[in-house]
Amino acid sequence: MSRELWKGNEAIAEAAVRAGLQAYFGYPITPQTEALEYLSWRLPELGRAFLQAESELGAINMVYGAACAGARTMTTTSSPGTSLMMEGLSYIAGTEVPMVLVDVVRGGPGLGNIAPAQGDYNQIVHGGGHGDYHPIVLAPASIQETINTVYEIFDIVEKYRTIGIVMVDGSIGQMMEPVALPAMKEVRKVWPSWAASATEGKRERNVLTSIYLDPKQEEITNLRLMKTWQEIEKNEIRYKEYFMEDAKFAVVGFGSAGRVALSAVRAARAEGIPVGLFRPISVSPFPKKQIFDLAQRLEGFFVVEMNSGMMLDDVLLASQGRIPVEFYGRMGGVMPFPDEILREIRLLHADGWKNEGHPRDRWLAKLETIVKEE
Amino acid sequence: MTTMNVEDMQVIYQHPTSLLDIHTHYCPGCTHGVAHRLVAEVIDEMNLRDQCIGVASVGCSVFAYNYFDFDFIQSPHGRAPAMATGVKRVHPGKIVLTYQGDGDMISIGTGEITHAAARGENITVIFINNANYGMTGGQMAPTTLPGQKTTSSPKGRDVEQAGYPIRASEMLATLDGAGYIARRSLHDPKNIRLAKKAIRTAFEAQVRGLGFSMVELLSTCPTNWHLAPAAAGKWLEENMLPYFPLGDYKVHTALKDLKF
Amino acid sequence: MPLSGTIIVDENLCKACELCIVNCPVQVIALDKNRITPRGFHPAALFKEGCTGCGTCAVVCPEAAITVYREKHVEKERNA
Repeated sequence: MSRELWKGNEAIAEAAVRAGLQAYFGYPITPQTEALEYLSWRLPELGRAFLQAESELGAINMVYGAACAGARTMTTTSSPGTSLMMEGLSYIAGTEVPMVLVDVVRGGPGLGNIAPAQGDYNQIVHGGGHGDYHPIVLAPASIQETINTVYEIFDIVEKYRTIGIVMVDGSIGQMMEPVALPAMKEVRKVWPSWAASATEGKRERNVLTSIYLDPKQEEITNLRLMKTWQEIEKNEIRYKEYFMEDAKFAVVGFGSAGRVALSAVRAARAEGIPVGLFRPISVSPFPKKQIFDLAQRLEGFFVVEMNSGMMLDDVLLASQGRIPVEFYGRMGGVMPFPDEILREIRLLHADGWKNEGHPRDRWLAKLETIVKEE
Repeated sequence: MTTMNVEDMQVIYQHPTSLLDIHTHYCPGCTHGVAHRLVAEVIDEMNLRDQCIGVASVGCSVFAYNYFDFDFIQSPHGRAPAMATGVKRVHPGKIVLTYQGDGDMISIGTGEITHAAARGENITVIFINNANYGMTGGQMAPTTLPGQKTTSSPKGRDVEQAGYPIRASEMLATLDGAGYIARRSLHDPKNIRLAKKAIRTAFEAQVRGLGFSMVELLSTCPTNWHLAPAAAGKWLEENMLPYFPLGDYKVHTALKDLKF
Repeated sequence: MPLSGTIIVDENLCKACELCIVNCPVQVIALDKNRITPRGFHPAALFKEGCTGCGTCAVVCPEAAITVYREKHVEKERNA
């Protein structure tokens, strides 16, 4: 298949179209607006539904309606918009209908800026919408990987009737890379049997709700959601390993942080440092078992993120204190360079691992100096 | 009293088919029940049941989906017009309606309803205005009248501090996308009959693709107004009608000659 | 000759709100204090002659609990 140069946001949009996207509702917000703009002409030319909503609040509820109506549906947004969508996501999870969200993360909190970041990890993976639910969150690291992820996530969310989030960052949204686009899937012709698509006199009526006034009924629903989650944990773990076979310690990073870390790891290997990279692609479900197994044989984990250490907590939890964990991150939309990470890798290799205190505190002390000197 | 043999008689009025034959949770005398019945009657008469998808909102009518015999979905507070938009864009040939109260539609949901109307979304909104938040125990709503006592305006709505009520029908009628907006009342038999005609016109607007349609129904809330049902009707007539005048605020030309 | 009608009030639905009683133009409906519905209400019922089958009670009933009947032969008379 031939490769073409595509901008990340537009590639996300086209991948969804080829996956059979039937309805898209979105709102302008940098750095993902190109996805909205692309679909504003692409979907109508295919006779599918597109609408720019009045806000992210409107968009997520339109997606909620379309999902209940049985359509393959998606929205895209960035961090402040994701916050607005949390109510809708909780309702969608509680109603058990499938939908896809693409979050192109930017610097925050608050209005922040439009530069790339990974500060939505906690809100998407550990919380956000109220109640007991877990969305599937996949974090690709290149435009090609993002295309592949978006293309397959629609089938995944329909299999489990759950929420699938593709979490990238502003750099992936904005940059251009040579990619191969997948084949166009046919749009569904038959509505799911559970959907609110009007009975047409052919079936019993469907009611889709997230209300269970009787706590016992709600608990039954919660139990069902948790059992589905356990299935997802069993089946949907995704990660990539680089130079891990003979690694003495591992860098752990997802998305663009993982990609930058890979450059650092390659350079480190060229210097003879026995380091590898473990790159989670599914951050929810988190590859806990893989981290735990690695903790049996490695000297330490070095977590690299574009936030204040959010996946760091998951690595600490999963490694269960077996080995020391060190952290390096940049915040606010600042992207780390390979040489910063290489510097830290060299230090770990030369000076060894610290055990007292929390890795975040050690890193913050370091970062103060770095920020002053830059 | 002589008992009559109904087998030999003509049925003048009966329980509509689109309304499920079950006891509702609404308070005795609450006109939600009247509104439900009228909507079901219109859907029966227009033979729309198999094409209908309803969107329930959050308020006393949160369980509306238990009472209508067609597909229904539940929306978060205020978001029903957005959910209805999602449904209608996916199923443009189906009949999509929302059923919303005043707190839901014109407080938290102001953005969603305004834009659905502005877009000319081909949905029908049944808007129940009873001047308070009923489900949560009678708090002040955007439609609470000046001086009206509620649990969150115990001394009466003070316009200096809490401002003035919103007249949703008038406001939404300024939008070009609106095809039919009318305000009626459910406080007595004559007005209930007129309300039904308006509801019929609203659904006709949707069937004919004439844009956004809404019927605002002034309704009683006996429990939170602390009045018996008939007295609540009187209170509505004396207090709400002057502030929320009945009338047709937007009528698409194609609807002007329809008579029901 | 006045029209003749009757009503049947569904006991499972009636909540004794009395709107039918208040609005009946010939005042022939009352709460039947001799009966209690499964939900604990005294249901509305005709208590004397005079129902014309006008349907006003059913129009105001929030529970759609009332079925209204009218004599057929009276209908023919009106159409003549």
